[in-house]
Amino acid sequence: MSKDVAKERSMIIQKEMIANHFMELSTAKETGKKVVYTFVPGNISELILSFGMLPVYPEINALQSGMRKKSGDYIRDAEQHGHSEDVCTYVKCDVGMMINGNIGPTGEKIPNPDLLLLSYTGCFTFLKWFETLERLYPGVPVALLHTPYQEAHKITPEMTAYMVKQLKEEVIPKMEQVSGNKYDEEKLKAALRNSSKVEQHIINIFDTTKHRPSPIDAYFAGVYYIGPINSGFRGTPQAVDYYAELYKEIRERIENKLGPITPEGVMEEERFRLVVEGPPNWTHFREFWKLFYDMGAVIVASSYTKVGGVYDMGFRVNPDKPLESLAEYCMNCYTNLNLQQRVDLLSKCITDYHADGFLVNSIKSCNSFSAGQLMIMQQLEKKLEIPIGFIESDLVDPRYFSYSNIKNRLESFFQMLEQRKMIIKTA
Amino acid sequence: MPVYFPREIIHAANGLAVGILGGGDKKLILKGDAYYQSYICHMPRSIMELVLDNHFEGFDGFIFPSICDVIRNLSGMFQLLERGSFVKYLDLPQNFKSHIGGEFYIHELQTVLKSVFDINGVSVTPERLNHSISLFNRNRELIHRIYAIRQDFPWRMTAADVYNIVRAGYVIPVEDHNAILEKVIALVIEENGEPLDKIRVLVMGAFCEQPPLGLIRTIEMAGCYIIEDDFLLGSRWIMGNIDTYTADPIKALTDAYLEKSTFSSSVYDVGNPKEVRLLELIKSRNVDGVIFAAPSFCDPALLDHPILQKMCNDRNIRFISFLYSENTGQFKVIKEQVGTFSDSIKLWEEPLQLKK
Repeated sequence: MSKDVAKERSMIIQKEMIANHFMELSTAKETGKKVVYTFVPGNISELILSFGMLPVYPEINALQSGMRKKSGDYIRDAEQHGHSEDVCTYVKCDVGMMINGNIGPTGEKIPNPDLLLLSYTGCFTFLKWFETLERLYPGVPVALLHTPYQEAHKITPEMTAYMVKQLKEEVIPKMEQVSGNKYDEEKLKAALRNSSKVEQHIINIFDTTKHRPSPIDAYFAGVYYIGPINSGFRGTPQAVDYYAELYKEIRERIENKLGPITPEGVMEEERFRLVVEGPPNWTHFREFWKLFYDMGAVIVASSYTKVGGVYDMGFRVNPDKPLESLAEYCMNCYTNLNLQQRVDLLSKCITDYHADGFLVNSIKSCNSFSAGQLMIMQQLEKKLEIPIGFIESDLVDPRYFSYSNIKNRLESFFQMLEQRKMIIKTA
Repeated sequence: MPVYFPREIIHAANGLAVGILGGGDKKLILKGDAYYQSYICHMPRSIMELVLDNHFEGFDGFIFPSICDVIRNLSGMFQLLERGSFVKYLDLPQNFKSHIGGEFYIHELQTVLKSVFDINGVSVTPERLNHSISLFNRNRELIHRIYAIRQDFPWRMTAADVYNIVRAGYVIPVEDHNAILEKVIALVIEENGEPLDKIRVLVMGAFCEQPPLGLIRTIEMAGCYIIEDDFLLGSRWIMGNIDTYTADPIKALTDAYLEKSTFSSSVYDVGNPKEVRLLELIKSRNVDGVIFAAPSFCDPALLDHPILQKMCNDRNIRFISFLYSENTGQFKVIKEQVGTFSDSIKLWEEPLQLKK
């Protein structure tokens, strides 16, 4: 492993973007900017920003709390307030964070919401989460955007019409009321033009894993790459610049035949190429990642990086049809795809990126991902005859991260991949 | 599949809507566990066991109304298994405006009718559907009547018996079920049995995965009369009758869903807070306390509990809570917990005085 861990320009840009966003949030009450709480999957940030409001994503706060080792205490506090051990830990972490003063990742207080935008895409628990938030912030208006599930493997005109009506008659009027600004379609179109460019950059970036060695890790580093588009920068020129810069850096890595950057430098030998299904564990993110790069395993595609939007199958927002486009974007997020579509998408990733194995990180908290994962595994094994691995952890509950257990399972999985390689080589 | 599905449309299409409520405590799970991680509720794994053991061989289609992520993804698993002529995830709208959520719901119902038509060629006319709606109106009236009798005379019929009788309606034609319900009412309208010194409770949280009968019996044996519950909620989902004299009965069914639905963990409650609805129920049923009994790992029910329990605390309404799964077989701890709850109310509490 090379020890050269100098930060690249895109990392510095991202850090500044996120810091500025939280700074802007922390001064929102003084500057008069209205604050909208919403979720990452189906985040219609372009619309929020077109009204001059600032988005807050509770699940981003929760994962940041996980990475900062604060989530364990927050979860315990929420459980002391009556929440069950059995339920989603993102919700409990968020509730616990609020009980403890709602201090964000930069150490400053995250302002209370002026609007709760429940755009729930692919996760039923979001609905329950906002029922809880509605009571924690009494009197704050709620705008609900119900995203129909792609149960018939497609988006029908009726599904789009249902969502557009909700946008026109529920979401936009509430945004107008809260922000004091009128809906400006030209502003929205301009933002969507930026989103379209960003979506193309994202596809280009994640498509670079076709190269050997892969210049990026599409899971552990991938979650940083999708950071800006999933944390308030959809539709902004800063996002376009960030992704252009990131793509430029990755192309340089390809030219120099460099592997992915890890916390301990550049990975020098690529031994295994994996596709991973499911979110990562955040409480032990570094230790988790190290288990992979120590073994020379690089993730060439992951479903989690598609949770805020799937662009692999050709979808791009269309600025000429702004509301229809927002609707279709929401319906296209990964967890809003049915199981057959998930199998097809993962299958495409395994094939296109020449993966040696498929690994599921099954998350206790997240039924949206986890329910059905074992059947997805069976389907892929049958269809592609690819080695499959399975580990379990949780999003932000440190009690559910068992280092030794995960390490044992991964070591067995890597041994299986190694043996298979030898068999293929000698065949 | 629970929780709510408008069975009227299947009846009008000359079909029988069968409620699949899991394998309960009768079905040994061997294959189902291979499809679900340990931290996912029990019902979907028993449904997988049933389907893989070919218990649904004669079924033409499978409809999964939206309840939660697990049931939604179970619909995808049935699609992958290619069982029946169709598998439909019925996306019940969370927008309750007629021209928004209502229109979407109408389209959802028409999709189901089209799938049924492709199987049996039966067109659902307004006359047929109005007739079916009237039968299900009657069905709900009769079930409500039984609950009303039990409110005043809970000793006349056990909660387990009520449960079995209502559950029978999930697997037989509504005409037959109505006949059974009428006979039951004729029996329980007459005095029988002796009132016992038990507290009156409302059981909440079992809206989807059903409790084992042993659990219902245990609660009553431990010193409670279950006066109200959310078992088999779909059979009582619509509060009141649906119009049967209309040229557009699909719209009547839709309006009923939008305007007359009961409250449930599977429905977003903005503008219609569930704790207020629960309080109304506590008052109207005149219960002494609430038992929150939810299936393990049930996000919708368990995420409601802090909200509902806060209301109970604020109103000085006594409650206990515990978890179960459909195949729970040991009730000793639950019996002790419920017994203590009952004793504490009987011995130490003044009767609950809530303003109606």
